[in-house]
Amino acid sequence: MTLAGESGTGGRALREGTRADAVGGLVPAHVARPDGTEALGRVMAAAARERLSVVARGNGTALDWGGVPRRLDLLVDTTGLSWIEHIAGDLVVEVGAGTPVAELYGVLAAAGQRLSMDPVRTGGTVGGMVATGVSGPRRLLSGALRDLVIGMTVVRADGVVARSGGRVVKNVAGYDLAKLHTGGLGTLGVVASVALRLHPLPPALRVVGRAMPSREHAERTLAALRRSTVVPSAVELDRPPEGPGHLRVVLEGTPGGVGPRVAETARLLGSDPEVADALPGGWGVLPTEGTLALVSVPPAESVRAAAWVGELSGAVNAAAHVTGSLPAGALYVSFPRGTGAEAVGTVVDGVRSVPDWSMTLLRAEPRVHAAGVDLWGEVPGLPLMRAVKDSFDPGRRLAPGRFAGGI
Amino acid sequence: MSESATSTRDQAGVAALVPRLRRICGEDGVLTDTARRRTYESDGLTRHRAVPGVVVLPTTADQVAAVVRLCAENGVPFVPRGAGTGLSAGALPHAEGVLLVTSRMRRVLEIDVENECAVVEPGVANLDVTRAAAPYGYHYAPDPSSQQVCSVGGNVAENSGGAHCLKYGFTVNHVRGLDIVTPSGELVSLGGKSPGAHGYDLIGAFIGSEGTLGVATRVTVGLTRSPERTVTLLSAFASMDAGGRAVSSIISAGVLPSAIEMMDALAIEAAERAVACDYPEGAAAVLVVELDGPAAEVDAQLAEVTRLCSEAGAFETRTATGADERARIWKGRKSAFAAVGRISPAYIVQDGVVPRTALSEVLRRITELSAASGIRVANVFHAGDGNLHPLVLFDDAEPGAEERAEEVSGAILDLCIEHGGSITGEHGVGVDKACKMPRMYGPDDLATFDLFRRALDPDGIANPDKLLPTPRLCGEQPGVHRKVHPLVESGVAEQF
Repeated sequence: MTLAGESGTGGRALREGTRADAVGGLVPAHVARPDGTEALGRVMAAAARERLSVVARGNGTALDWGGVPRRLDLLVDTTGLSWIEHIAGDLVVEVGAGTPVAELYGVLAAAGQRLSMDPVRTGGTVGGMVATGVSGPRRLLSGALRDLVIGMTVVRADGVVARSGGRVVKNVAGYDLAKLHTGGLGTLGVVASVALRLHPLPPALRVVGRAMPSREHAERTLAALRRSTVVPSAVELDRPPEGPGHLRVVLEGTPGGVGPRVAETARLLGSDPEVADALPGGWGVLPTEGTLALVSVPPAESVRAAAWVGELSGAVNAAAHVTGSLPAGALYVSFPRGTGAEAVGTVVDGVRSVPDWSMTLLRAEPRVHAAGVDLWGEVPGLPLMRAVKDSFDPGRRLAPGRFAGGI
Repeated sequence: MSESATSTRDQAGVAALVPRLRRICGEDGVLTDTARRRTYESDGLTRHRAVPGVVVLPTTADQVAAVVRLCAENGVPFVPRGAGTGLSAGALPHAEGVLLVTSRMRRVLEIDVENECAVVEPGVANLDVTRAAAPYGYHYAPDPSSQQVCSVGGNVAENSGGAHCLKYGFTVNHVRGLDIVTPSGELVSLGGKSPGAHGYDLIGAFIGSEGTLGVATRVTVGLTRSPERTVTLLSAFASMDAGGRAVSSIISAGVLPSAIEMMDALAIEAAERAVACDYPEGAAAVLVVELDGPAAEVDAQLAEVTRLCSEAGAFETRTATGADERARIWKGRKSAFAAVGRISPAYIVQDGVVPRTALSEVLRRITELSAASGIRVANVFHAGDGNLHPLVLFDDAEPGAEERAEEVSGAILDLCIEHGGSITGEHGVGVDKACKMPRMYGPDDLATFDLFRRALDPDGIANPDKLLPTPRLCGEQPGVHRKVHPLVESGVAEQF
């Protein structure tokens, strides 16, 4: 077949799919591992000629995110696109989609820099991070992932390689197509590389934390932090099923400047706060098993939403762990492994019944998929999204069914 | 000077819509007489002019939707316009089209302090959002220099930044919700007070689309807590190189000022003549650096920045903390564009971006270009993010001077592209740079932009002939500031 000729050189360029390559139970006929952007373009062009359905895979840590693809002929392994071009003086990095996230952070840290957002998975690739598009706790100062992507090279469904944005932070030439691909689950194109805005590693970091004695205390604390001028990088709630949870405030700055901010934050949190000079282990990393959801609410309602999700899920014996950024109104809900579809559905319906609240199932267990629970709920602008999909992927071959509304 | 179109062109298609437009927007919401239409013939880039076929002034989103629907049904193009302060002719009217002006939609609908956001209509002036939020200790962070008059809807169309976007980002980093009227006339609500909308990030892709994907009719913007302390520094250097070294060392030291602005000797001279800003005598370059945040952090950073400037060769550094004192430092910088009119009869304002590391090299090359051509270039720019605003000066009474100035201006953009930068950091592509897009992006990139555009505007009626190159468009020449914009002249707006 043409695929064989287009996948590049080397024995691993094209092989038959195995059970280990399955996505949502679908075993791809072939797995291609192109060795660069151009080879990826040729693979995609060949797939287009043969009308193959394609799913992209990095290290495979999020293949169970989104909907189950309706078809899968070709799995495109992006790990051959692993390279880092760090332009340290410009605080910019351009990185291949298959680069491990941990490797990127390591290279940047060695130069005293970072991507100032906390990844939610360990072991993933940059392409997977971008395609899933979610951000961890530290996003209040420099933004979430979507705010840090300044350029992107994407291979379209027809194999055409297209770039948008660039390598400078300030740039308004052309449409910001990277926004569509960030969080697009590979349904509009396969991400080949990304240019990212970086920040210097702050010389000083403090974590001020305290167990919240009650929901009311947490709400008062959040309001007091909002009124203050301590400028936190993260205000993260960690609410185990038994509630009411632990609040951690991350302050980053200079060794001389951070002291007064720590003192003020400690005062706002209440008596006996803990102060640490390092982040706790597993910071921001979400559980790798079980159904996982993102609840978005107006920021002032985030404590109430977290408590309510905890209570709702407890009432159906599926007590969920809720974490998330309170000022961003972004809460991650982790259901215990094996939670039934009915219990998940009850919480989902409860949250979606509140005006301005939304709940997206980022990853659903097979039983939840099987029961037909709607992962997305009502998505405003869905007809426009379909129009975009039809324009970029008229044959609907890119991870069909993985996105909202069956896109 | 080439006029893109005149009022004498045939307007039959548009004229036929007038009675129905009047039913939608009311008698006073539709302007048809030539004199009144002519007042809308250009935006802030006054060199491109076209008298719109008809001007409508809707007051509600439903009216906007009805107008656009009517356009769509009749295949008539429409051009959205806010306050008309744009500098890329993005709001250049279409002679056979409808100019849809949002200036009557100017209510601040809500300031929601608990959720740190404001809900506004698109015609609200940028600064009015901050004015409404200030009593609660908040402000709206994007601060384009025309913020006293430019509209939030226009900011959405252009993804406007401002001097402080170095730290606080652009419009796209602050908008949480948008109601838009699509090119087919549908009113769609995207996002809202919850910061994370789901599905494709249409809000992110709509922002900066220059009116080619529809019209924003309601905008929910995040508000920023005003900092505990703000300090402005003015540092004077004997050479541009020394100033550039200071910028590099500040950034690489890990300090993130909210703004770093730079002016060269010619720009300083113009500002002194115009507003007597009293910058240090003999300065070949000045830096204006602003630091804000928690008091203790600002104090620590101030000491660091002062030391770095001095190490880079600053011969004088002034520090201001009070609002009035800070305004005095900013006065010279903010007046620089208009002030250039004092030292030159005409000028072209360029907007390009270079990687910060290439700043010194590109500035040197600009000096060489200037020397070789005999065309003076004044440099005023956002040094922190490498966003250059060279002002290319010429005498429009001198035959051939304009063409030579245009060559220099174009060569400066080439330098930006050559060094991996961008053809526009904040003014947008509009008409002005549509034909330069192929210098920055390849045919496949441009075709992909067009795929996206066609997805939302299959009939090509939303602000046609803007943003992407078309054969019809690309015979035209780059823009020249022949005279000061009326808003600048009257002191209502500043440009930088």
